[in-house]
Amino acid sequence: MALKQVSPTDEFIKGLWRDNPVFIHMLGLCPALAVSNTAINALAMGAATTFVLLMAGLSVSLLRSFIPREARIVSYICIIATFVTCVDYAIMAISIELHRALGAFIALIVVNCLILGRSEAFASKNNPGRAILDGLGMGVGFTGALFFIGVMREVLGSGTLFGVELFPDGFQTWTVMVLPSGGFFAMAIWLLVVNWIRQRQADAEKQAAEQAGETAS
Amino acid sequence: MNDAGYWSIFLNAALINNFVLAYFLGICPFFGVSSKIETAIRMSGAVSFVMLVASACAFGINLVLEAINAPYLRIISYILVISSTVQLVEMLMRKLSPPTFRALGIFLPLITTNCAILGLALFQTNKGYGFTQAIVYALGAGAGFALALVLMAGVREKLDLADVPQLVKGTAAALVVAGILSMGFMGFAGLGR
Repeated sequence: MALKQVSPTDEFIKGLWRDNPVFIHMLGLCPALAVSNTAINALAMGAATTFVLLMAGLSVSLLRSFIPREARIVSYICIIATFVTCVDYAIMAISIELHRALGAFIALIVVNCLILGRSEAFASKNNPGRAILDGLGMGVGFTGALFFIGVMREVLGSGTLFGVELFPDGFQTWTVMVLPSGGFFAMAIWLLVVNWIRQRQADAEKQAAEQAGETAS
Repeated sequence: MNDAGYWSIFLNAALINNFVLAYFLGICPFFGVSSKIETAIRMSGAVSFVMLVASACAFGINLVLEAINAPYLRIISYILVISSTVQLVEMLMRKLSPPTFRALGIFLPLITTNCAILGLALFQTNKGYGFTQAIVYALGAGAGFALALVLMAGVREKLDLADVPQLVKGTAAALVVAGILSMGFMGFAGLGR
């Protein structure tokens, strides 16, 4: 391919920050907001999604020469739905409480645009090795984003982290953070932080480029 | 079997447990097409229609799956039915109303991956609704989706004119608006049983 060569590590790293699915591309927002009311739920959801992302990426990449172009979306959805069913039953077997807390949102991993998006945009065009790295990177990026939102909501909303009390008795919990609207607010706050950092990075790069231009002339 | 009344099912789906603002289902189109009231109305029309058809289909499929004792096929068969329904709606729209078709653009095929639709099908199965109850539930969910989308579009049209700091502009502002709307909808919690 005439495309710019991308190193395998870069394939993994890009999902963590530069192409973070949640904060940069706004993909998979529904589970990111819905099950991030505690840190442990957020981690479980992230792990389940990562598994599906990884397995779907691998399968799509392996089957990419067999799947006809016209039927590709339906085939991808079937592949994804198969792995989601596996995860659904696995979580039910491991911890019925967790299954109850995540509810229908495990089944809803099927319609997480992130997974279909990566299958279509990346795994269908790349070899299995790269598809795995990409899936892993995106999955970790997704999990990280969910975890950050979850930590903020749990600490502020219930005053705990992983179920451990953090504050002395006098702390008034912000109940709104565990309610649905808290999900929107926590996401908005993290988005602002990410935007601010990106803005600073862009400014610094611009300044560096200008300085380099000045010294050259 | 669930014996909830139709009115309470409708109110529950539309207001108290609004799909967008309480369950976070269908967030992608919610932020994607809510910048103009007109597109918001068309989008919610399409979503409500697909919801209705998907709900009826899901009810039928669930009967078959229970008859052959294969609940593990539920997710995969629901999603297949939903994607074919979306294709059907897409073809119908292209034929009947080309301007609407063009206005919706990429969002029409994306209804397939709209969690609100699959969510609806799964919730109605979990709650054990009968056929008419399921239809009423779908109508309520569609109405709730439309309400949330149109309210949001109204706010965002005004927000576009406001002087907002560069950093907050766009999705961050929309998220805060959604959060406030969601808080408003919490006020409906007393309505249901």
